[in-house]
Amino acid sequence: MEEKITTRRKVLIGMTSAVGAVGASFAVVPFVASWNPSAKAKAVGGPVKVDVSKMQVGQKIQVSWRKQPVFVIRHSKEALENLSKVESKLDDPSSLKIEEPYRDVNPTRSTSNEYTVIAGVCTHLGCAPKYYPEMESQPWDESWVGGFFCPCHGSMFDIVGRVFKGVPAPTNLKVPPHYFDGSILTIGEERGTA
Amino acid sequence: MTQKASGFFNWINARLPIVNTYERHLSKHPVPKKVNFWYMFGALASVVLIIQIVSGIWLMFGYENTEEGAFASIEYIMRDIEYGWVIRYMHTTGASMFFAVVYLHMFRGLLYGSYHKPRELVWVFGMTIYLVMMAEGFLGYVLPYGQMSYWGAQVIISLFGAIPYIGESLEIWVRGDYYISGATISRFFALHVVALPLILIALVFMHLVALHEVGAGNPEGVDIEKHLDEDGVPLDSVPFFPYKVLNALVAIGIFGIVFSIIMFFFPEGGGYMLELANFEEANPLSTPEHIAPVWYYSPYYAMLRAVPDKLGGLVVMGAAIAILFVVPWLDRSKAASIRYKGILSKIAMTIFIISWLMLAWLGTVPVTALRTTLSIIGTVIYFAFFLLMPIYTSIEKTKPVPERL
Repeated sequence: MEEKITTRRKVLIGMTSAVGAVGASFAVVPFVASWNPSAKAKAVGGPVKVDVSKMQVGQKIQVSWRKQPVFVIRHSKEALENLSKVESKLDDPSSLKIEEPYRDVNPTRSTSNEYTVIAGVCTHLGCAPKYYPEMESQPWDESWVGGFFCPCHGSMFDIVGRVFKGVPAPTNLKVPPHYFDGSILTIGEERGTA
Repeated sequence: MTQKASGFFNWINARLPIVNTYERHLSKHPVPKKVNFWYMFGALASVVLIIQIVSGIWLMFGYENTEEGAFASIEYIMRDIEYGWVIRYMHTTGASMFFAVVYLHMFRGLLYGSYHKPRELVWVFGMTIYLVMMAEGFLGYVLPYGQMSYWGAQVIISLFGAIPYIGESLEIWVRGDYYISGATISRFFALHVVALPLILIALVFMHLVALHEVGAGNPEGVDIEKHLDEDGVPLDSVPFFPYKVLNALVAIGIFGIVFSIIMFFFPEGGGYMLELANFEEANPLSTPEHIAPVWYYSPYYAMLRAVPDKLGGLVVMGAAIAILFVVPWLDRSKAASIRYKGILSKIAMTIFIISWLMLAWLGTVPVTALRTTLSIIGTVIYFAFFLLMPIYTSIEKTKPVPERL
């Protein structure tokens, strides 16, 4: 009799705890989910258009897409020819570690053979790297051949955003979806998707 | 009249333990009779906590937690609200002073082995307070939505991205947007003014309850519980009230003067307490030339930068804080106080202080190759101090600890 009561108590405690645990986990869902981006936040951030024909050779401009910087760089022929020379310094010259949307299309990593379009967000901790195109000695690298240097934690990228070896950034700068319509560059969608 | 009054008091006291609490925690709570100035920082920390709560509530009267309004509302507080500038500088100076007194308080703990048995839990609660304070300070720094708010938060939130697999979605979840937006600010605001202060107050309560259970330590590392009088009160103790309370009042007075000088004359602390870039509104498209944390995070920031790997940097920085929690179990010395520890402990402590200060400086200056090397050396020394502690504290010869204080 005594034993029967104890067993019954254990079963009852077990069952109430199980029901309570299930209830508690369901109760957590709205609290966690409410931290996700709201419908409003998801709705903003359409593609942006920019005319790149006025850019000088070697110039970099900055475009805002989804409130994040996107760098557009117009390269000279020599600069593009020199790209293969820095490859020994690079960690992932062929961008195998990330999803590269336009792999093996152009050395610029974009859909154009002259312009590079890359997200200006350091893959380390999200700062905007600075563009130092000059081939001259810099405080962080004596044999600097031009590229991007992140002021926050010293990550280095080449002029098309490929990451150097031995820096904190783990991967190359990302290439956002884009297409060129003559000299009009659209950032934020692929050709024909809209 | 007096009879009526005492009748009323008795009525209350029979329902609320006023006399008991007063005696247990104040008039009859024994504390070591001889301590030095290092034992004042705990009291000062509680004073700063009160300053932060009061000035924080007053700041909320004028602050607006939106992307468009946040930065302007800070200027509104500074310029348009009467004495708003005092309230704000009180809060920003308070933040720095909070960390200053807490660092000195923690250092006292290391110096005199305050974490030795039976005070391990007091130390662990204290470390948890420190951890919550770091989160609280970070959240608060984001609220003005200045350049440094934005980019500091960008860097810290990006740290979550280093966690394998879930990192990137976690970043978005924390921000509630694809960049640090109004959604981020309003949640940080709620956490900064309600959630974390509640946790902080609860932790301070536990820290004090645990402390009063085991009693305060002293610079000699003497166990005063060994010699009791006939009533069971330690012979080397005095009652907390009035002796230590009056003592603390003097310290609070001096602290108030120092606090006021900083608040009125150097509220920016040369750019280490309020960074100059934060007087500019957040611009998601342009990183300031040089991103540095406020001084109280800089040693850990230097460690983050020292590691040339994203996940590795995060792990090292986390481990640097985590290791502090287990110090009570790393120190195997028979003597609690540095005064009676051996030469190895003294050398280790000296090198540790120098490297910690060096890291604090390195975290505030731009990176160069030499400074990265120094950061790596400093990080190695930091960890060596703790990880080798079980060895050097057990092999060295300690001096005999006296019986009485």
